[in-house]
Amino acid sequence: MNYVKLILLGLVALVAAIGANWARDLAYQVHALLVMVVAFGMFIWVLRGTDEPVEPAPPSTTYFDGVIRAGVIATAFWGIAGFLVGSFIAFQLAFPELNFDWGQPFTNFGRLRPLHTSAVIFAFGGNALIATSFYVVQRTSAVRLWGGKTAWFVFWGYQLFIVLAATGYLLGATQSKEYAEPEWYVDIWLTIVWVTYLAVYLGTIINRREKHIYVANWFFLSFIITVAMLHLVNNLSIPVSIWGSKSVQIFSGVQDAMTQWWYGHNAVGFFLTAGFLGMMYYFVPKQAQRPVYSYKLSIVHFWALIFLYIWAGPHHLHYTALPDWASTLGMVFSIILWMPSWGGMINGLMTLQGAWDKLRTDPIMRMFVLSLGFYGMSTFEGPMMSIRAVNSLSHYTDWTIGHVHSGALGWNGMITFACLYYMTPRLWGREKMHSMAAISWHFWLATLGIVLYAASMWVTGIMEGLMWREVDDQGFLVNAFADTVSAKLPMYIVRGTGGILFLSGALVMCWNMWMTIRGGAPATAVVPNSTPAE
Amino acid sequence: MDTYSLLREIADSWVLLAMFSFFVGAGLWAFLPSQSNARRDARMIPFRNDMPLKNCAQTCTACTCGHRATKSEGAEND
Repeated sequence: MNYVKLILLGLVALVAAIGANWARDLAYQVHALLVMVVAFGMFIWVLRGTDEPVEPAPPSTTYFDGVIRAGVIATAFWGIAGFLVGSFIAFQLAFPELNFDWGQPFTNFGRLRPLHTSAVIFAFGGNALIATSFYVVQRTSAVRLWGGKTAWFVFWGYQLFIVLAATGYLLGATQSKEYAEPEWYVDIWLTIVWVTYLAVYLGTIINRREKHIYVANWFFLSFIITVAMLHLVNNLSIPVSIWGSKSVQIFSGVQDAMTQWWYGHNAVGFFLTAGFLGMMYYFVPKQAQRPVYSYKLSIVHFWALIFLYIWAGPHHLHYTALPDWASTLGMVFSIILWMPSWGGMINGLMTLQGAWDKLRTDPIMRMFVLSLGFYGMSTFEGPMMSIRAVNSLSHYTDWTIGHVHSGALGWNGMITFACLYYMTPRLWGREKMHSMAAISWHFWLATLGIVLYAASMWVTGIMEGLMWREVDDQGFLVNAFADTVSAKLPMYIVRGTGGILFLSGALVMCWNMWMTIRGGAPATAVVPNSTPAE
Repeated sequence: MDTYSLLREIADSWVLLAMFSFFVGAGLWAFLPSQSNARRDARMIPFRNDMPLKNCAQTCTACTCGHRATKSEGAEND
């Protein structure tokens, strides 16, 4: 087996070396060198382990938590990276000097912005999803993860995807599709990693020793499958050369736009909603120590969300070349979607029925509740903004940015922090987090940061929307575009300050995690009722 | 008939009907009285199978490992 690995790794390193030599652009060259170094390093590593005595496989009577520990650390790391870049580009908008003339073109807003969005969505959110889904699927199926060390491939493969994507943006490799910027070879690599992830997840569910598949797993599974489908369809492209990063999309014009926003909105719906609802359905009941409020509601919630979200994409394309019927369809489905979203929020919040006092004593529970509050708020705001008349005011303004961040920071960020606080002590065999006071600090810093961010973006977004459409009694536009830009400066500074507060909260969390992990040792969790391996 | 019109025809009739009935069916299934035991069982899943921390290797009688939680305090819904 090791010989096969060695041959494959050697071939990869060789092809990457050729690619680095023949590369047609800088991004491809750097990536080829990176892949070459990684493949060569792994070659040495496998070679050193060849013909050594094989370590016995860990018993199937314990949960596979090593990869989750790595995922927890990676989530915190990428979170800091993403928030830092986000705060920086927020100040770039307020103070353009921060684009740095000496660093062009690498340090301009246009290249750093996808770095920020991908770092927070795919690196921070993605690692959180992979780690929590592995944690939840084992503990609700009562079996060890399927596939032995395959889960490690998923973890490291995903990190490689992140590094390739992030360096690609800085070096100028992009296919110009929002949230799907990585070029063709990075897309292919992600497909391989993602299918492996699906196999590990599904394999574990198939092996389960519980009769039922717990509802959290339905959400996680729909997230994995749908993201695979979206990724494949939206990235149908033909590379110009196999030695270069440039590729050409198969779709063009409005079909391409529709495919992109079918992808884009479902990335929100399935990556940032369904997957995170999977976390909600496991960790909120666990932290509240009571079962989910209504299992009936969770089933209806699941199917309604799945059936409705997939149609909502066209609301991103109001007043474009897209036919009216399509954008009306997107708008109508977005509004219907409000119901299952709030059903899910109510299900999560009502889980605390009879345990509301925990809000006073348990800062982790407070984070969960706040995240559900923001989920409810942004799933009301979204349908409202998808109405064509509202969209004519809000589109292209900072209101959209505010909406996205109240969802991303409030819902996704807060629930992820709460899950990290839940898992860290358990994974490292500690009773609880090092400092409960620090969790409270994190909670308030982050909350204040989100409030500053969202409020300033509402003000500036509506202001700029109104300024753009203002006409005098002769019918001429009153404001030039530059007028709106200078009017927005104070709000941009407030927004950047909100980002700094959110970032400092996350730094407090990292310190807290560090102190918790430092004194502990990796904990072994036993699979219940399992017969020890012979 | 060109491909678009054909696919559109199918999507607007049978596929729509099939998806809608599946959706309604799933909704009804969620409320089936015969499934209420299954629902009660399923919602307690997170509270078993999670035996953290080393020393609980099925040896103790006092701790709850292997104990199948089926009911929680005062929770009526399913």
